[in-house]
Amino acid sequence: MRNPLSDKIVSIPPSGIRKFFDIVSEMKDAISLGVGEPDFDTPWHIREEGIYSLEKGRTFYTSNAGLRELKVEIHNYLERRCNVSYNPANEIMVTVGGSEAIDIAMRAMLNPGDEVLIPQPSYVSYVPCAILAGGEPVAIELEAKDHFRLTPEKLLEKITPKSKLLVLPFPNNPTGAIMERSDLEKIARIVLEHDLFVISDEIYSELTYGEEAHTSIAKLPGMWERTVLINGFSKAYAMTGWRLGYACAPALILDQMLKIHQFAIMCAPTTSQYAAVAALRDGDADVAYMRESYNQRRRYLIHRFAEMELECFEPLGAFYMFPSIKRFGMTADEFATRLLQEEKVAVVPGTAFGESGEGFLRVSYAYSLESLKEALGRMERFINRLDGKEEVGV
Amino acid sequence: MREKILAVIEKNSRIDMKDLAVLLGESEVAVANEIAEMEKEHIICGYHTLINWDNTDDEKVIALIEVKVTPQRGMGFDKLAERIYQYSEVNAVYLMSGAYDFTVIIEGRTMRQVAQFVSDKLAPLDSVLSTATHFVLKKYKDHGTILCDEVHDERMLITP
Repeated sequence: MRNPLSDKIVSIPPSGIRKFFDIVSEMKDAISLGVGEPDFDTPWHIREEGIYSLEKGRTFYTSNAGLRELKVEIHNYLERRCNVSYNPANEIMVTVGGSEAIDIAMRAMLNPGDEVLIPQPSYVSYVPCAILAGGEPVAIELEAKDHFRLTPEKLLEKITPKSKLLVLPFPNNPTGAIMERSDLEKIARIVLEHDLFVISDEIYSELTYGEEAHTSIAKLPGMWERTVLINGFSKAYAMTGWRLGYACAPALILDQMLKIHQFAIMCAPTTSQYAAVAALRDGDADVAYMRESYNQRRRYLIHRFAEMELECFEPLGAFYMFPSIKRFGMTADEFATRLLQEEKVAVVPGTAFGESGEGFLRVSYAYSLESLKEALGRMERFINRLDGKEEVGV
Repeated sequence: MREKILAVIEKNSRIDMKDLAVLLGESEVAVANEIAEMEKEHIICGYHTLINWDNTDDEKVIALIEVKVTPQRGMGFDKLAERIYQYSEVNAVYLMSGAYDFTVIIEGRTMRQVAQFVSDKLAPLDSVLSTATHFVLKKYKDHGTILCDEVHDERMLITP
C-alpha cells in the first residue's frame, strides 16, 4: 500500500497543548488554570434566542457569508465599539469561530514562498495555518521587557523582500499583552512602507483593562485596505461552543475568502447565528459585567504572584497571566509537569505558544475566586518548597 | 467604588476585607471606610445568610399574601405598613402598584400557623379590605442564586 498521507501535514507537529492535555486528563482531581475559555455560561437571553430559532424551525443553511441580520449587527457593533466601518453586503463574513477566519484569510492571501510574520508567544494555529496555506511562517520573538508588545525594531528585524503578511494577535493569548494606539501607529508605518498586509486577530478585543479602550489597526490611516479584521463571539459573550466568529476585509480579499468558505464550510451554524444577533443587540451589559469580573480576578492574581515573588508584567488584556519561572532553573515544561504531579495544578507551559514562551507559564484566570484561591495556594506551597522555605499553613 | 463594593458583597458578604480590596484595586482602609459609611447611611442594612431550608430537616412554610386596604385619612400607606411589619412573623412588606396594595411575606412552621396569623391578626386590621394567601411550594431561585442546581465546570481541563 502506498503512503496515504500528505507529507506536508505529517511534517506539522501536533499542538503543544495537546501533549499536556493528555497528561492532565489522566490526573484525577487536578485543579486546572489551563483553560482558554470563559468560565461563564452564555448569557441566558442569548441561549434563549438560539432555542427559539430551533423552535421556529430555522434549521436550514444561511447564505454563505452569513445571515444578513447578523452581518448588519456586526457592522453596527464595529462602528459602535471600534469606530471602523465595513459594508455588510460584501465586506463582512460569518465564520466557524475566529479559527476558520485565520485559516481562510491565509489561504486567500498567500502564494508559495510568501513569508508570514508571526509574533510569538501566540495562539497555536497561526504557524500551521501559514504552512498549510503554502506560506513560510517567520516567528518574531517577543520579550517580557517589552511587555510582550510588538516593537518596530523587532518587526523590522524579520522583514525580508518575501514578507507579505503580518499577524497581529492582540490582546494576546497567552501573554495577556495588548497594543495601544501609539504602538499600533508605529507598526502601521512599517506595514505601509514595506507593502505588507495584516491579519488582526482581535478575538479578545472586549477584554482590556487599561485606561485606553481597544484600538483596531484597521482604523489607522491607510490600514483599512490592508487589514483582515478577525473577531468573534467566544470570548466576549462566553460562546466558545457555538463556534462563531467573523472576518471583515475589503471585498477584494473577502470575496476570495468567501470562496474557500463556500466550498469547505458552506455556512456557519444557523442556530449560533441567530443567537449571535441577540448577543450583539442586547449583550453590552453582559460583556461589561464579565469584563469587570475578569479584571477583579486579574488584580487578585497580580497580587498573589507578587506575594510569591513570581515575576510577571501587568497584563492588560484577555484573561491570562504569563509569569516567568526562569529563576527556578527549570524549563517551562518541567515546571508545569512538576506542579501538576506534586500539587495537582494544571497550567500551560509557555513553549506551547512558541519557543519564546520558554521560561514562562500561561495561567488563566477564567475561574471563580474560590478556585483561584485554592490553586494559587497550592502553587505557593510548590514555590516555597523550591525556594527551600519552611512550609506554612495554606 | 461604592457600586463595585456593593456588587461584590451583595453576592458574597463574607468576603475577606483584604481580598475585596485587592479585587477592586483599592486600599484595605479605603474599602473598610466606605463600607462603614454605607452602614451608617443605611445603604447596607444587614448581612444575611441565604439558606435553602428544603435541604434541612426543619419544616417551614412560606406564604405570599396580597393585601387590599383603604388608606385612612391622615394615616396613608406607611402607617398601615408599619402595623403589619411590626409582627415578627412578617418577613417582608412591599407597597405595590396594580390590583392590590401590599405584598406581605410570612414565614411560619405550619400552614395552620400562617392561616391563623392571617385570620387572627392581618385580616381584622381596620383598614384591610381583603387578603389572598399563596403558599410557596418550592423555591427555585432566591436572591439571584439558583437553589436547585449543582454547578459543575463542564470545560475540558486544558484548551488552547
